[in-house]
Amino acid sequence: MNMDVMQLFWITGLFVLLLGVVGAYCVLMTRNLVRALIGLEILVKAVTLLLVVAGYVSGHEALAQSLVITLIVIEVVVMTVAVGVVFGIRGNTGSLDTRHIRNLKG
Amino acid sequence: MDLNLALLLALLAAALWTVMTRSLLRSAIFLALTSIILTVLMFRLNSPLAAVFELSVCAGLISVLFVSTISLAEPQSQKDVIQHMKERMARFWFLPVLLIVLAVVLCLKTVRPAVHLPTPENAQDVRIVLWQLRPVDILGQIIILLTGAFGVVIFFKEKVKK
Repeated sequence: MNMDVMQLFWITGLFVLLLGVVGAYCVLMTRNLVRALIGLEILVKAVTLLLVVAGYVSGHEALAQSLVITLIVIEVVVMTVAVGVVFGIRGNTGSLDTRHIRNLKG
Repeated sequence: MDLNLALLLALLAAALWTVMTRSLLRSAIFLALTSIILTVLMFRLNSPLAAVFELSVCAGLISVLFVSTISLAEPQSQKDVIQHMKERMARFWFLPVLLIVLAVVLCLKTVRPAVHLPTPENAQDVRIVLWQLRPVDILGQIIILLTGAFGVVIFFKEKVKK
């Protein structure tokens, strides 16, 4: 295996981990529903990058691309439904703040 | 290699700025920028079709979704903005420090387990993989798309007045 390719894999792996930390921190610490979705998006981007670089390193680029396309389709559906939920919460509470939805039933 | 490293640094910086900036609109715009940088990286890593999807869907459609949602938020007064900014800084100043510490620790501690790579596949065309080798994925995508479509219809269905 080419050393440059393996080095690229490990460096990208480090950046994937850091991107994951940024996304997870945003999801955990924010009080805005839209910003929580943005954090989730950053987490998905980290996974996308990991899939692409894994495909590049292993030579399974076509398989990696098909998985990334599947991931993007699912990401869009999740985001659309999540935005629908945010719309609903905003309609009920008049705010996008997570502190205003603590008294929901269920 | 150097260009890839520069792109990875730019990707991390854009993601960090997306999270750290106070304005939600700027946050959505920087998320689109993050997607664009990821697209360039995907092109460089021999994944052009996935890169096109990422550019058109993530940088385009999802940004529009976020901007339309942000447009619903009510504007705050100047006093509230300053108070909110102080609260955000108190919660988010730790993130860049955490990233720098984590990066330094991971660079110094070079734990690299042996990676056993499989032999390269025969099918090098994404269309053959997607349509012939993984048709169940297509079926799953169709089901998820329909679920999302029906979900949105139910969410936006107007209540019948009695």
